[in-house]
Amino acid sequence: MKNAGWIVLLIILSLFPLVGGEYYINLTSQIFIFAVFAASINLLLGYGGLPTLGHAAYLGVAAYLSALCALKLGWGHFAAAPAALLGTTLMAAAFGLIALRATGLGFLMLTLALSQVLWGTALRWVAMTDGDNGLRGLARPFGLDDAKSFYYFSFVITVLAIAMMARFVSSPFGAALKGTRDQARRMSALGHDVWMVRWITFIYAGFWGGVSGLLFVYYHKYIHPVSLSLANSAEGLLAVIAGGSGTLAGPLVGAAIVMLLKNYVSAYVERWNMLLGFVFVVIVVFMPEGVVPGVRRLWRRYISRT
Amino acid sequence: MAALHIQNLKKAFGGLPAINDVSLKVEEGERRLIIGPNGAGKTTLFNLVTGDLGSDSGKIFLFDKEITKRATHRRVHLGLARTYQIITLFPQDTLEHNIALSLLGLSPQRWNAFGKQRLPKEAGSVLALVGLEHLAQRPVSEVAYGEKRRLEIAMALAQKPRVLLLDEPLAGLSREERGAVKQLIAKIPRETTVVMIEHDMDTALDMAETITVLHYGRVIVEGTRQQVVADPKTREVYLGH
Repeated sequence: MKNAGWIVLLIILSLFPLVGGEYYINLTSQIFIFAVFAASINLLLGYGGLPTLGHAAYLGVAAYLSALCALKLGWGHFAAAPAALLGTTLMAAAFGLIALRATGLGFLMLTLALSQVLWGTALRWVAMTDGDNGLRGLARPFGLDDAKSFYYFSFVITVLAIAMMARFVSSPFGAALKGTRDQARRMSALGHDVWMVRWITFIYAGFWGGVSGLLFVYYHKYIHPVSLSLANSAEGLLAVIAGGSGTLAGPLVGAAIVMLLKNYVSAYVERWNMLLGFVFVVIVVFMPEGVVPGVRRLWRRYISRT
Repeated sequence: MAALHIQNLKKAFGGLPAINDVSLKVEEGERRLIIGPNGAGKTTLFNLVTGDLGSDSGKIFLFDKEITKRATHRRVHLGLARTYQIITLFPQDTLEHNIALSLLGLSPQRWNAFGKQRLPKEAGSVLALVGLEHLAQRPVSEVAYGEKRRLEIAMALAQKPRVLLLDEPLAGLSREERGAVKQLIAKIPRETTVVMIEHDMDTALDMAETITVLHYGRVIVEGTRQQVVADPKTREVYLGH
């Protein structure tokens, strides 16, 4: 019964391409990709209490590594994808050593600084990244060039990613992680290695950020420094907060909200960023804990009234 | 062998010495009471022993093993447990989950990132030990203050520590609750060495064998109950205020 909602969602999403038009299929694929990205931020923010403003680094670096492996080394996807993920994960391990010198605002600034270094590098190292032109001429794996087959590809990976992250947070390790979020000092006094718990989570979040980056570059067949930018990190963070941090469904709902606004509404309203800001303010005013916990709360109130 | 041995420990906060050359030896199985007026450095001493604070100089040994530079969680794995003067629990979680986190702290399971979290079997019996088994499913935020105190102690006892530091376990409790907590402390097995801070002398004196009086970060009197009570320095510290 508890999983009924998820099963219904899975069925609807697996049948959707049979009825939806190509535009909507592509839009949903983009929501999937962004949902994996937001969910990986949620591991840090929602379950670890570590606000990151630099998570685009992992999305961007995985995408760039995959593109560079293909363009500069001529590797196929079977070699490029693991290499990109390995590189991104190692980078997360190194960045974690630096960023986890602090928590809270200090952590936020360190993650921001580290990702800005990468963004600057991607923009300026023209010989490697072609700077502001971005890298083009990329191919999708398995020749998944039509909307429907790519939809199913990203769908399967997204389900796998979310399931693996759900498993992580409901494990004994996940219980310890939530403990370090709520009472870090108490956790060390109980024998938990708080720093190590956070570092492992940081690396795991970096890995899944990298997975979203691979999907991202496969979808667009193009990568530009803007993917490494503060704006991209902030959009991910916004999606988590709007949807409800520390919940499984929150980042998915948040990703859908951001992507719908970005792609659908921007066709009609030029300043879509303004609208996103407005929607965010409305959510924070009426449901400060995010849409998913907020709706759940309203629903419970409604049930108890009737 | 001394359970806890402190040598010439010093800690200052911005030039103000909080612990000023304290040496202390607590034997295995002993019940030690540390008393002293506000600001004497009692809690700072505990924080140095657990590693919540780093010391400026001096050495700390736990069963002859030097722990002065060890991280807090490593000291816990050597058998050190503590409770806090200001109750430090996980308020959104249930009582049994709080106990589970305590048991998890010493279990290799804490690194298991892909299995399902299960409530350890011992959680129920640990709560029964402090008479809270009927509240196992309640969130901590919904139970009374005295019950939170007992849960604090239960979380420490769950780890079967060799040395237990109790920081004012009776603070803020009503008379009946005091009775319950005192009984609980009296029941702690002798394998566990207990060091207890208590602000209020009358309630705590009958629990300890040896008493250390701390004043301005120094040990001014140490001895049996009679010796300490009879010592004019104790009177000066306590009656002078």
